[in-house]
Amino acid sequence: MAKKVAFLQGNEAAAHGAIYAGCNFFAGYPITPSTEVAEVCSLELPKLGGKFIQMEDEIGAMAAILGASLAGSKVLTATSGPGLSLKQELIGYGCIAEIPCVIYNVMRGGPSTGMPTGPSQSDVMAAKWGTHGDHPAILLVPASVQETYEEIIRAFNLSEKYRTPVMVMPDEIVAHMRERIVFPEPGEIEVVPRKAPTVPPEQYKPYDTSFGDVPPLASYGTGYKFHVTGLNKMQDGFPTTKAEIVQAEEERQVRKVNANVDDIVTFEEYLLDDAEVVVIAYGSTSRSARYAVNAAREQGIKAGMFRIKTFWPFPDKQIKALAGKVKGFVTPEMNLGMCTGEVERCAQGKVPVLGIFRVDGEPINPDQIVAKIKEVK
Amino acid sequence: MAFDYDKYIRPGKLPHIWCPGCGHGIVMKGLIRAIDSLQLDTKNTAIVSGIGCASRLPGYMDCCTLHTAHGRAAAFATGVKMAKPEMNVILVGGDGDGTAIGGNHFIHACRRNIDMTYIILNNKIYGMTGGQFSPATPTGAKASTTPYGNPDPPFDIAKLAIGAGATFVARGTAYHATQIDKLIAEAIQHKGFSVVEILDDCPTTYGRRNKFKSVIEMMNHLKETSVPVKAAEKMTAEQLQGKVLTGVLYKEEKPEYTTEYAKVIERAQAK
Ligand SMILES: Cc1ncc(C[n+]2csc(CCOP(=O)(O)OP(=O)(O)O)c2C)c(N)n1
Ligand code: SF4
Ligand SMILES: [Mg+2]
Repeated sequence: MAKKVAFLQGNEAAAHGAIYAGCNFFAGYPITPSTEVAEVCSLELPKLGGKFIQMEDEIGAMAAILGASLAGSKVLTATSGPGLSLKQELIGYGCIAEIPCVIYNVMRGGPSTGMPTGPSQSDVMAAKWGTHGDHPAILLVPASVQETYEEIIRAFNLSEKYRTPVMVMPDEIVAHMRERIVFPEPGEIEVVPRKAPTVPPEQYKPYDTSFGDVPPLASYGTGYKFHVTGLNKMQDGFPTTKAEIVQAEEERQVRKVNANVDDIVTFEEYLLDDAEVVVIAYGSTSRSARYAVNAAREQGIKAGMFRIKTFWPFPDKQIKALAGKVKGFVTPEMNLGMCTGEVERCAQGKVPVLGIFRVDGEPINPDQIVAKIKEVK
Repeated sequence: MAFDYDKYIRPGKLPHIWCPGCGHGIVMKGLIRAIDSLQLDTKNTAIVSGIGCASRLPGYMDCCTLHTAHGRAAAFATGVKMAKPEMNVILVGGDGDGTAIGGNHFIHACRRNIDMTYIILNNKIYGMTGGQFSPATPTGAKASTTPYGNPDPPFDIAKLAIGAGATFVARGTAYHATQIDKLIAEAIQHKGFSVVEILDDCPTTYGRRNKFKSVIEMMNHLKETSVPVKAAEKMTAEQLQGKVLTGVLYKEEKPEYTTEYAKVIERAQAK
């Protein structure tokens, strides 16, 4: 049987991908350019017995998904720039209390109200450093409608597997463009369930590390009574200020992600085998970059592209390895150098990193990238 | 036989953090008696709070407990209740938590009339942070940030709840301890969003600055300034000057949110 195909917008694909992953609870607050996700969820979730709620603001939406997740739901919220800023305190809550959830944020111009309908890639640092305190971060940056669908499924899987908030951030171009998408069959893409407790309620501790760095999470209303707090906590979920416990728990929370980069980090290597100049790009910018690499090759330059699909954890290992082989990196992005700084860190001064930065609401065009590729000596 | 509070308290979690003379413990005992009188299944009961001295209450209770962020209890609880409408969801928090930083979530939970009970422990001050004025601090009162007397007028929390659409609103005081469980039990049984404001005291950060010589004096003040709604009906406006009404202040039957959402699901599935 032929697979179902459709012509969808990135945001619509995100909502459908979430449903494929088993999402049954959405809370949000309208904001351009992400609102279509809420609209599709309000239409589709109740058909499946799921819940949609429009909250009074983005803080409320973030709170509602965390509450629903603790009650056993698979949860999603969608927002953009200013809404992401408002969610930050509770994203930190999700990190410390270790509550699976997916935050879909369409990157528009900022700071503040910025450029509501203009594309941007300037929230990638907010995804890691937006909430205060040390915490793990997982950020996926899709580059097409199909990939948005698939990456949101992966985001749900990672959030359940690592018991932590996961962010998906397309730029506005990816979120609003329409492309053909081929829907996977049910069962074709793996859907990871939450690791439920194997011990009876009397023995259950919500942060029991005898089960590893990612302890099983029970759901409220299933016979398990447990405590959840945003304070530094012990294995039984209750607050503590004991130095050695706080240190160990904080380290575990970050380690559970950072020790598993090979499982989490994904990327695409395009014409890298003999490449001397490597464009490192993500999101819609990578589409211009691919075009530019092809154009440069036609002019006899050995160019290639390393496309970042998982922005956090950052693909350090891969870029460090490339830095030992190539003549230079070109880093186009719709911000003033957020990814570029990370690439410089990985390049460790071995090769030049030439950034192309646009924050004027216009995409970076291939010609700009070709010109920069030629600058690498 | 004396009432056995222990069976609702998490083993090993006492002593509590509250100061001697703090009213919050009196409210917790009232909540426990209410849960007991209704024979609520604690496995199916979520107690959700924000941040503050009052918000530490859930940690002591042997239920599904969620100590959220400052002001966000109502929004977290809305998520819990929407996901599991069959659970009893009780919110607990202070005046500052619920009506300042959490004011927006509070009024919207009232408006939705979602079947949860919100117990606001109103000690008229930000206790946990050392006694800054809250939206419930009386005009003229002293707080650590109103050294010249509070210029702000306070909220009437019960009126705010009624105005925002809560369908059951009651008020009690820590002095009238034996009434607290009855008000909370009635609120929990009410189908819709119910608010129980309990006027209590913070001797440490409020009493001290406002010339209350002792906790007893603060308790007496609660007694002297409150009037049961029934008694108030027979009193003149002059006699009611400076008094607060206690008891069930408002009750109304209106469509409840999770029930309405179940109808949304039915309509979506009928298509
Ligand atoms: C976002 C945020 N802002 C400020 C605080 C600091 N804070 C903690 S408790 C509190 C006030 C609590 O007052 P109330 O809710 O009345 O509870 P009480 O301590 O009086 O029982 C404040 C301002 C915080 N924890 N989080
Ligand atoms: S500071 Fe005030 S509110 Fe906090 S525990 Fe002490 S008396 Fe109670
Ligand atoms: Mg207070």
